[in-house]
Amino acid sequence: MYDFTYTKPSSIPAAVQALGADIEAKALAGGQTFIPVLKQRLNKPSAIVDLADLGLRGIAADDKTITIGAMTTHHQIETSEDIKRMLPGLAKMASWIGDTQVRHRGTMGGSLANNDPSACYPAAVLALNATIHTDHRSIAADDFFQGMFTTALEPGELITAIEFPIAEKTSYEKFRNPASRYAMVGVFVAKTAAGVRVAVTGAGQGGVFRHTAMEQALSANFSADAITGITTPSDGLNGDIHASPEYRAHLIGVMARRAVAAA
Amino acid sequence: MPQVSLTVNGRSHTAEVEGRTLLVELLREGMGLTGTHVGCDTSQCGACVVHIDGESVKSCSILAIQANGCAVTTIEGIAEADGTLHPMQAMFREHHALQCGFCTPGMVMSAIDLVQMHPEGLTEDEIRHGLEGNLCRCTGYHNIVKAIAAAWPIMHGKELPLAAE
Repeated sequence: MYDFTYTKPSSIPAAVQALGADIEAKALAGGQTFIPVLKQRLNKPSAIVDLADLGLRGIAADDKTITIGAMTTHHQIETSEDIKRMLPGLAKMASWIGDTQVRHRGTMGGSLANNDPSACYPAAVLALNATIHTDHRSIAADDFFQGMFTTALEPGELITAIEFPIAEKTSYEKFRNPASRYAMVGVFVAKTAAGVRVAVTGAGQGGVFRHTAMEQALSANFSADAITGITTPSDGLNGDIHASPEYRAHLIGVMARRAVAAA
Repeated sequence: MPQVSLTVNGRSHTAEVEGRTLLVELLREGMGLTGTHVGCDTSQCGACVVHIDGESVKSCSILAIQANGCAVTTIEGIAEADGTLHPMQAMFREHHALQCGFCTPGMVMSAIDLVQMHPEGLTEDEIRHGLEGNLCRCTGYHNIVKAIAAAWPIMHGKELPLAAE
């Protein structure tokens, strides 16, 4: 790892200022992706701004929304009684990320800012059309994800919280890479008063995407049978040593049907 | 260089570190606590698991300076002062839950956290899933699972409601 200066500001404005003052400075959330990246010398920040002291850890629920602080860990999300009751698909998703030790450190804000095409959270955030709150604005999920490792965040802009609307039903199914436990294909299904949204992660070359054919079928009839005949074109899907684009296209259907059946 | 002050196994330490110094480097090279191992160095194998403020974490994926002000427990800190083994260590020995022993410190630290997180009981399935962050290339895990199931009643002072086997 290349060396860097380390700061741990105690207010959001101070953190934003530290990141804004140095174009090569990087924010550190849970570090479970970023520190391995630094160890591989894939990134060479001049300064690390640790976000741990900004008071961004915690979960608040009312009868319409659940708001999750950006520095809330996967472990806190998987064990939150409010999330297990009101967004069970999200709690299940968090419980399948990495392993216990990674879940103790890794954060939702860090995962979303990174927007790894195989990360789980983007599927829940997009399917529920959650709102990403940052230090100076709010961004709808529909506008947030802009391709592999790319988001609407400006340089130095910090996610502060993610606000999820409560849904009637939420469910997530994931075909895990058995070694890395990242999603080879993950499908999140959310049923709300406005209809059904289906988001797919791990499969698309451009990162998370919505499956509109399934959404229309499920909005008319929320059952696994309703999407049995729906296939997914393999164009634009990832192919690697673990799975071809065609296999991923097939898995999308399987994961979606399992998610609906379990919702 | 930045200073880090933390408690390790109940004793206060202050050390000068580089920003990039990993917690496991501080423990092993700065403090001589070589019980915490570095296996894969890519946060997969779990040989470096320690507890920070009671939670199991991979010390190869945390900067030493992130642990500033925290209480760290390593494998050296879980037995009693007179050398009496922690119940998890005793059950690992009793059930022959190690062969080469390289993964054992991390296994024991993860296992203690797993048992503490499940006061309601622990099934064999939960134990096996709970060890997802720790790799053992010798034992096939079977005796490790047995040892953890055997440590649960001792750590909680009651019978395990759902037997692991």
